Amino acid sequence: MKTYEQINDRIESGKAVVLTAEEIIDYVEKKGLAAAAKEVDVVTTATFGPMCSSGCVLNFGHSKPKIRMSEAWVEDVLVYTGLAAVDVYLGATQLRHGDPANMYHPGEFRYGGGHVIEDLVAGKTLQLFALSYGTDCYPLREIRTYFTIDDLNQAIMVNPRNCYQNYNVAVNDSDKTIYTYMGPLEPDRKNANYCSAGQLSPLLNDPYYETIGVGTRVWLAGTHGHVYAEGTQHAGGGERTPDGVPKDGAGTLALTGDMKQMRPEFVRGVTLRGYGVSLALGIGIPIPLLNEEILKRTCVRDRDILAPVIDYSTNYPQNTGKVISYVNYEQLRSGRIELEGREVAVGSLSSYHKALEIAHLLADEIRRGDFRLAEPIAPLPKDTTTKPLVIREKAS
Amino acid sequence: MSQTVTKKLMLFFPRCECEKPIIYHLVKDHNLVVNVYRAKVTPEEEGYLVLDVTGTEEDIERAMAFVKTFNVSINYTGKGVTVDMDRCTHCGHCITYCPTEALYIADEATREVAFSERDCIECLACIRVCPFGACASAF
Repeated sequence: MKTYEQINDRIESGKAVVLTAEEIIDYVEKKGLAAAAKEVDVVTTATFGPMCSSGCVLNFGHSKPKIRMSEAWVEDVLVYTGLAAVDVYLGATQLRHGDPANMYHPGEFRYGGGHVIEDLVAGKTLQLFALSYGTDCYPLREIRTYFTIDDLNQAIMVNPRNCYQNYNVAVNDSDKTIYTYMGPLEPDRKNANYCSAGQLSPLLNDPYYETIGVGTRVWLAGTHGHVYAEGTQHAGGGERTPDGVPKDGAGTLALTGDMKQMRPEFVRGVTLRGYGVSLALGIGIPIPLLNEEILKRTCVRDRDILAPVIDYSTNYPQNTGKVISYVNYEQLRSGRIELEGREVAVGSLSSYHKALEIAHLLADEIRRGDFRLAEPIAPLPKDTTTKPLVIREKAS
Repeated sequence: MSQTVTKKLMLFFPRCECEKPIIYHLVKDHNLVVNVYRAKVTPEEEGYLVLDVTGTEEDIERAMAFVKTFNVSINYTGKGVTVDMDRCTHCGHCITYCPTEALYIADEATREVAFSERDCIECLACIRVCPFGACASAF
């Protein structure tokens, strides 16, 4: 048994023993659970992939004369202005003004909110255009100017949902190609796409949210952020394997961090043909090995984690809940799975390569004493499920 | 008889040379086996061609000397499709769409994606599916 304080003391003195969620598997197999629990202090987990519910709050500072922006665009991408005068929220999936979307199907969606966020973090010069109705205290009614992230007072990422604990494998049972947020799916189950870092993924290594909670410090795209709430659609109460690994999306995290300190290679605009735009983010989360149980759960392997295979032509859009079958991540990573007796080619939207890089970067930071662990101030709920949206005829 | 080799080339035809049957002469006069992957004439009437030529070193050399008499520029690297590894995140999304495994996992342990230009047939599937815009076409 260790406490956060003891682990942080070891981190501070540069003596912390840190392994990635991949390295810990072999280590425990070699040394045994009890010895490993004594020796190792922290396991680092990570993920890199599209996370649509992401965005940022920007504060532009005041112009002379002042403006209360009532509509605004950054690089022609609409931002939300229902905040104070020069605060806006820029969302990852917002399309650029004039984008034909799916009018000529499948749409190309080359640039949108996620790309603006990438460009901001990369230090590029961007255009702001804003309108206002004008008030006595904010008389300016139109502004067009150019800025970089350094000109902003704040650029703070506020992501309502990141780090899905587990995720669907998407296939297409119809007879024509469909274009989804899981990529293009060819007819008659010709291909399948998944999106998870599997055995490296943060919440799959802490399936009961024993160490990851509100207040946990995280590595967010190169800087230190934290979990500010349970993520939207967090549903820890779903079906689990006997080892406690969720068999569906389950938990999610709401994350925040200072975008001015982020590294552009971990903040990347995403184009999903025929679907839209998004943002791919790199996230690392340390798991303090407070006891043997927590350590044991970080030893989860790709083959122990099951993902539901779902048809995205009918069952996903019609919300039927039908699962074709479950496959594990070892099978998925092999590039081929067998579904009802037929072989299907598998691709990924999540980068295991980048996740591995992040897990090592975070481990190095902790070893150097540059990343201290934060004890959660509130746990994530374990028993909740998601509610559907009921279409009612009347207000009743 | 000397050994045959296969070379991947990208040819650029300026406007004035677009109407000449240069490829025909590669086959007829220079004994080359030609496999055209991709050809395009732009609205400005310039032409691009990505192709494999198979023949003896001497035949290929003679053929290229012939091609050069037409003001056609030859890119021996054959880079009609390029993958910008700085933009690639190694997610591997492209792999199932690539029909020739020109895009593949180079290292199972690190899941690193690599691109083999030699195996690329320029179908452009990767350009349509890459979420990060890492794949591009020269024309």
